[in-house]
Amino acid sequence: MDTGTDKVMDLKTAVGRFVTDGAHISIGGFTVNRNPMAAVYEIIRQRKQNLHLYAHSNGQGVDELVGGGCVSRIEIAYAGNGRFAPTCIRFRKAVQKGALKVEDYSNYQMTLRFLAGAMGVPFLPTRSSLGTSLLSVWGFTEQERRLDPRVPNRKVSVLDNPFDGWGGADKVVLVPAINPDVTILHVQKADRAGTARIEGLTFADVEQAKAAARVIVTCEELVETDVLRENPDLNRLPFFCVDAVVPVAYGAYPTACYRCYDYDPVYLNAYREAAVHEEKHAAYLRDHIFDVKDHAAFVERQGTDRLAGIAADPRTGYAVGLDRR
Amino acid sequence: MAEYTLREMMAVAAAREIRDGDIVFCGTGISMLAAMAAKHISAPESVIFFETGAIDSRLEEVPMAVADPRVMFWTSVNGSLADSFATMQNRFTGRRVVGIMGAAQIDRYGNLNSTVIGDYARPKVRFSGSGGACDVASFVDRTIIFMQQEKRKFVEKVDYLTSPGWLDGPDGRRRAGLAEGGPQTVITNMAVMGFDAQTRQMLLRGTYPGIEPGQVLDNMGFAVDVSESRPVDPPTVQELKILREVCDPQRLILG
Repeated sequence: MDTGTDKVMDLKTAVGRFVTDGAHISIGGFTVNRNPMAAVYEIIRQRKQNLHLYAHSNGQGVDELVGGGCVSRIEIAYAGNGRFAPTCIRFRKAVQKGALKVEDYSNYQMTLRFLAGAMGVPFLPTRSSLGTSLLSVWGFTEQERRLDPRVPNRKVSVLDNPFDGWGGADKVVLVPAINPDVTILHVQKADRAGTARIEGLTFADVEQAKAAARVIVTCEELVETDVLRENPDLNRLPFFCVDAVVPVAYGAYPTACYRCYDYDPVYLNAYREAAVHEEKHAAYLRDHIFDVKDHAAFVERQGTDRLAGIAADPRTGYAVGLDRR
Repeated sequence: MAEYTLREMMAVAAAREIRDGDIVFCGTGISMLAAMAAKHISAPESVIFFETGAIDSRLEEVPMAVADPRVMFWTSVNGSLADSFATMQNRFTGRRVVGIMGAAQIDRYGNLNSTVIGDYARPKVRFSGSGGACDVASFVDRTIIFMQQEKRKFVEKVDYLTSPGWLDGPDGRRRAGLAEGGPQTVITNMAVMGFDAQTRQMLLRGTYPGIEPGQVLDNMGFAVDVSESRPVDPPTVQELKILREVCDPQRLILG
């Protein structure tokens, strides 16, 4: 939340200022699409620790943050990355080792939790998960919950419908609001004040941003305010929700950015190979993240042929015929 | 008879369960192929939609994830997660939705586990978790479930109940407070199963060519009624042609 008109800064500054050790954060995008990967890599590069991560299905970004050793607690619906990783590999390893505390919800529940945070209500109801382990099995104990004022005292609560069956439901599940310290999104276009245009599916980006105390928006293209205001129906986030605007070309790479570029199957497959082995993964972190100055240098390493290969076709918004094996 | 793989048989068997006018909720992988095949073969007026918010996508290429930019092309509406799950929970549209999903474990009532094997806090194997599966299974009229036919996957009791099937029997869902509807079909690499309308327990509906009911039972951790089992028709030449040439020419899912 910042009503200023010029919030442009570089990524190192934005991450350094808003993502503190122990922060509760959420990232935008979904599995292989529009994850704020430049910011994810910068968080790893700055060796942030003990993050509490809220995710619905933010695949690649989640797995890289967990693999980078930045996350100690996660509330999540789906830790997979489509066909590239039915279960995210570093996530699986961390949970099985006991190095990552997990609280499971469903995708709709996480969406409602962000929406509740955005709306300023303590919880929202749904009929999802009645009768399941999502209700009965808790990852964080009541004692652990009491120790952190940013975590609610209960995972969920079931309420008898006070309107006596109105709406065809006898019971509802209440899911608690989330208000992250910071949410980070990558979008196609933004202006210097932070008005953001998202093309294609918005996933839960808008709810995640509006729920957060601070918002970092990275964008493919920084545009003049007039360009966005000519067609305000297409804009998704009002400028005052945003605290930092960071222009980063290929800011979602190696995930996709609709109408700009596709995901990179070569990178995602190589990541999977590296993530499986401890030594290879350590080398991956060193060579692709720690020893690389910034995202521009990271992107340059991939080579012009690879980038040309994933360029979005103007008709469809993705790279037609891309070899995705 | 044309040659075919088991994955092709499974995709075709699922496609045959989709009716014209269904709104088909797709997960990743073979469920997308089944939905694409149904639309091209038997249910041209079915609607493919994704939890990410894409409604009636024109899938010119098979998506690798439900957030793949391919699902955003030529849709009726590109929305959000909040929209898509509301469509399923909605009292009118939700009744038209058929969900397709998979899991690591299933029990006789079609309850699914896609979260952990072993203890939750320190699992032997950790899986992806619900994603939208629990929501779909909670809300929609019918679900189609893909499973590998293995003893360790067809279990008496799931280690973690991620997505509700018929819970503990005929009255389970009502008592829990869930919407009507539930699992309709389980499609494996050997057989097609359904659920008894009275007991809500799994039963064998049919086996693929060359497979006997006994072989299916040998690969399950619980017994089911096989008395109604009939041979499943193999994929037709036309079904295979659509699957291979239109749906997945790169064989990304078919392998």
